[in-house]
Amino acid sequence: MVKVQTEPNATLLDVLREELRISSVKRGCEVGECGACTVLIDGKPVNSCLILAPKVEGRSILTVEGLTRNDELHPLQESFIEEFALQCGYCTPGVLLTAKALLDLKPSPTIEEIKEALSGNICRCGAYQEIINAILKTSRKLQGKSD
Amino acid sequence: MRADYVNLVNTHTVPVRFMYHSPETLEEALRLMREYGGEARVMAGGTDLIVDMKLRRKEPKHIVSLNKIRGIEYIVEEDGGVRIGANTKLRSIEKNSIVRERFEALYEAVRSIASVQVRNMGTLVGNICNASPAADSAPPLLVYDAVVKARSIDGERKIKIRDFFKGPGKTCLKDDEIVTEVFIPYPPGDSASTFFKISRVSMDLAKVNIAILVKLSSNVVEDFRIALGAVAPTPLRIPKAEEYLRHKPLNEENLNIVEKIVSEEIKPITDVRSTEWYRREVSKILVRDALNSTIKKLVRT
Ligand SMILES: Cc1cc2nc3c(=O)[nH]c(=O)nc-3n(C[C@H](O)[C@H](O)[C@H](O)COP(=O)(O)OP(=O)(O)OC[C@H]3O[C@@H](n4cnc5c(N)ncnc54)[C@H](O)[C@@H]3O)c2cc1C
Ligand code: FES
Ligand code: FES
Repeated sequence: MVKVQTEPNATLLDVLREELRISSVKRGCEVGECGACTVLIDGKPVNSCLILAPKVEGRSILTVEGLTRNDELHPLQESFIEEFALQCGYCTPGVLLTAKALLDLKPSPTIEEIKEALSGNICRCGAYQEIINAILKTSRKLQGKSD
Repeated sequence: MRADYVNLVNTHTVPVRFMYHSPETLEEALRLMREYGGEARVMAGGTDLIVDMKLRRKEPKHIVSLNKIRGIEYIVEEDGGVRIGANTKLRSIEKNSIVRERFEALYEAVRSIASVQVRNMGTLVGNICNASPAADSAPPLLVYDAVVKARSIDGERKIKIRDFFKGPGKTCLKDDEIVTEVFIPYPPGDSASTFFKISRVSMDLAKVNIAILVKLSSNVVEDFRIALGAVAPTPLRIPKAEEYLRHKPLNEENLNIVEKIVSEEIKPITDVRSTEWYRREVSKILVRDALNSTIKKLVRT
């Protein structure tokens, strides 16, 4: 829990980056198109660049920092490394959160469902195929199936 | 670069100073709207409003957020249709089984909007109140003859969706009114509906969108409704095409005439997304494709 005082015209993205120094949440287009600023609010992916800070008073917000537990990477993060699901990494925090929200809701998503979930996350490096592979791999891992 | 080409507007900040109000009841919100009238803006999901403020297209002095108001987030069946509350997110609408089964065109339209993230925030009511000529929910709501319920301190008013849009960004709402819900009557039994949209990429607004509803009795058209968006200052029903096709057999000759009527009735412009010529041509094809797809649905059931 953190308390921050801000102007009402600050976005959640502004507060996370400038006040709380959580720089994993990226600034991209800032108009809701690229998904680099994705965070999860109550488990659902949203664009923090389109949310005024006062709107999220009292809500729980998950950034990629919250995926690791006791310095251990989340299975998604491990799969992303194993599958080379990134190049520059700019889209990665947002993509990981989108993927987490999907797997929490649908532990075994189809490729179509993965594509739909990722429709709001642009990867300029074009790592989509590897991203999809990594999500499928995580899904199998989490269900206790080995490759 | 010439000075007048320099874009002084960027999207990094919200360059507008405003008071943020987050009332917990609708009554309180209505009181605030009465008090601040033209200087206030309602904010539902904010997916249109915040972009507009970043680009300085809107500079409200007061924002009245619907976020904390309980009891306006619902999809309920009632009185021969469904009622959808002002705070109901697009994502919940697309996940709703009644919408999916009975309002196919609305389901297809909502699913086509932006991304999961935007649909987790944005609302159906915000989509129509923003009054973009390209709003994807507008053509389906037009063919279903939806009714918009607006409230002010003085009471409630019901507005037919056909009378709701007044121009790009303009509705018939008064400064102190808040839309509380949209009522969508069930389409006639044994009818089917379809939504189609042509856009540059899936994230972009439509170049042209269309919704149609068809009811057949053997091969004769019993009911036909058609609405298009992004082809005029407001989303449009095309009554002339509807009247022409009703009680006629669905054949090539009649189809050609309907396509022609539609392309003559619309008033498209050339803008960043498309040209007038292209919009007229592609509208014809959309009419045909939407009809074909709807008839397939009818045959299946
Ligand atoms: C990246 C991106 C892609 C998009 N793609 C599409 C698309 O493909 N198709 C499409 O149709 N739209 C699209 N949109 C636009 C937008 O997401 C939708 O119009 C959305 O439904 C707006 O809902 P909202 O709740 O966010 O509205 P808000 O931004 O909160 O409000 C929009 C307007 O309506 C007014 N308003 C809202 N609620 C009420 C109310 N209850 N009573 C009175 N006035 C009200 C506000 O004052 C404001 O002027 C896109 C937006 C973004 C950012
Ligand atoms: S920065 Fe928010 S979607 Fe691009
Ligand atoms: S890895 Fe570079 S944008 Fe996705």
